[in-house]
Amino acid sequence: MAMSPMEQFEVKPIVPLHLGGYDVSFTNQSLFMCLVVAAVTLFFALAVSRPKLVPGKMQSMGEISYEFVANMIRSTSGDAGLVFFPFVFTIFFFVLFSNFLGLIPGAFTVTSQIVVTFALAALVICTVVLVGFARHGFGFLKLFVPKAPWYILWLLVPIEVISFLTRLVSLSVRLFANMLAGHTMLQVFAGFVVALGAAGLLAPLAVAPMLMIVFIGALEMLVAFLQAYVFAVLTCIYLNEALHLHDHH
Amino acid sequence: MELAAAKMIGAGLACIALAGAGNGIGIVFGNYLSGALRNPGAASSQTTNLLLGFALCEATGLYGLVIALIILFT
Repeated sequence: MAMSPMEQFEVKPIVPLHLGGYDVSFTNQSLFMCLVVAAVTLFFALAVSRPKLVPGKMQSMGEISYEFVANMIRSTSGDAGLVFFPFVFTIFFFVLFSNFLGLIPGAFTVTSQIVVTFALAALVICTVVLVGFARHGFGFLKLFVPKAPWYILWLLVPIEVISFLTRLVSLSVRLFANMLAGHTMLQVFAGFVVALGAAGLLAPLAVAPMLMIVFIGALEMLVAFLQAYVFAVLTCIYLNEALHLHDHH
Repeated sequence: MELAAAKMIGAGLACIALAGAGNGIGIVFGNYLSGALRNPGAASSQTTNLLLGFALCEATGLYGLVIALIILFT
């Protein structure tokens, strides 16, 4: 009851380790990251272990996931974007599985740490910049110069640059905030159940927040999927801009 | 004590951001629905944009919520 709703996000070292003045302990965060990677690997290893012409349950789940991500890339950045299929696929499934694994009661949510989401977002933005410069050379900088008369450009170019850099923040904070808010909400309602359950005659009322937890849990399932999807779609859209600049596919 | 009280008030004020998010999500889904009822054939092709709009709207409200949580728990 006295537990703070933020306690679940605390990173605790499991194997304390210090290297050259840096704290590189193996934490519950690292443990769950490993679990996420293991779960994704296991899922796809099972999916393709015995491939058949007519797919079974596991195989069709694997095929649906492949088609889902491939269609997402095709619809946002065209066939040229399929070069980045492995990148987008990896990001999508890492985020999806860490979101879902975090929903298991007692589990630690990897994506509720801003350091993880920020690293992912930085990876995406760096890839976009590198791909843009590799494809277009310095022509990539045209991305920041919209078609406008010169007397308005001095205002528009800084805005474009800032909006490009803000993507890093918005991409990471969106995922982090959604996970943080959802899990905090679940914890707060769980606190209501405990408080009402200990309130003597009012104890039967504890069923109400309990039901609420079920509904929020269902909503969180949707949000977990949706946020992974949005993260991946925005990655595709940003990559599309790097590939095609402003002209459309 | 004043600091604690001010923190509570500040966190509450920060949560007003969620009103805008609610508004935005309503507009996104409402407009999608009215568009989808007019032209059901094109509806399924726009689900990506629908979900994208929903997520972008929701995120703006959550920024406020994160600030509230930071105020409360740090």
